[in-house]
Amino acid sequence: MTAMCDVAFLLLTFFILSAKPKVADPVKAEVPSASAELKSIPETDFAIITVGEGKAFFTIEGDDVRRGTLEAMAATYGGKFTPEQTKTFAHLDNFGMPLNLLPGYLDLPQAQAAAYKQPGIPFDTTENNELAHWVLQARKANAGLHNKEIQIAIKADAQTDYPVVNTIIKSLGKQKLDKFELITSAKTAPALKK
Amino acid sequence: MAELDTSGGGKKGGGKVRTKKQSTRVDLTAMVDLAFLLITFFIFTTTLQKPKAMSLVMPDKDQKTNQQLPVAASRTLTLLLGQNHKFEWYIGETGKTAPTVEPNYSKKNLLDLLFDKDKEIKASTGKDMFVIIKPSDKAKYSDVVAVMDGLNVIGNQQRGIVDITAVELELLKRDGLY
Repeated sequence: MTAMCDVAFLLLTFFILSAKPKVADPVKAEVPSASAELKSIPETDFAIITVGEGKAFFTIEGDDVRRGTLEAMAATYGGKFTPEQTKTFAHLDNFGMPLNLLPGYLDLPQAQAAAYKQPGIPFDTTENNELAHWVLQARKANAGLHNKEIQIAIKADAQTDYPVVNTIIKSLGKQKLDKFELITSAKTAPALKK
Repeated sequence: MAELDTSGGGKKGGGKVRTKKQSTRVDLTAMVDLAFLLITFFIFTTTLQKPKAMSLVMPDKDQKTNQQLPVAASRTLTLLLGQNHKFEWYIGETGKTAPTVEPNYSKKNLLDLLFDKDKEIKASTGKDMFVIIKPSDKAKYSDVVAVMDGLNVIGNQQRGIVDITAVELELLKRDGLY
């Protein structure tokens, strides 16, 4: 009995520790389903653009990359972030607001920050929009820190109008980013007729 | 299972009466039950619903190279995505071939169409089908993903997402899909 109990708790500890807490999406983004054999999502060198309700949010994997990206963004736009704000940002799973609102958001206590309705990162078809800059700086930061190209994924709600996604893809294409990962949920494939 | 040790109690008869030794064993059954319940819970919650990534490669717009190989119109399938998850398709050049409207769009429908056309084109030209996806402004993101997924399922590698032209928009409007 004791041995059984030990094993059970060992397994329990293992599962609890290996489980990654699910990050809540800032907007409802119910991804479309796909049945073809697809690859899993990596946990490093990865960034996700979440699109829902016409708003864009950005997720960068890795504290160091987030920190590097924020510093580069501050340098580009001439903003200033305090060390505390940078630290908060390094632990932030996702965000979606114009850069000028970001310092204020980072100063908010956790409970208030969770309740805050984020307006989304501005984007348009031109090369100089904030979302494109975030992606560009994240790519640079990741290449500098990990010596590896970051993969950019798009996680859009299935009912998003295609032009919204197209705008993002077009504007990122201008920085020679042509490969995207579209995040889908798995479903069983319908049988092909023979 | 866990048992209660009742054997203690010392010698029988004679001498002082000692207090019965208490067993140090604890009944673990409930604890183990709970532990396994939690394990089951964690196993189920962690492995289900893993999102997957589908690669999307867009053509490089800026490259002005002549590496672009001409594709024969006879093996080009163009899909025009309209509103309400409906689409129409044609093989060949724009305007020269009348498009066929898919009345009741479903994923099964789409897959069958792609599968059939792929086979026909392979039989007639001996080459793979080339698919051009042209989503209109009324198309939803899920439509594009559904087409991409269908092409992944039939194993087609030659495809591209291209902006819709005015002529094709007219076709969609005429057929009430825009």
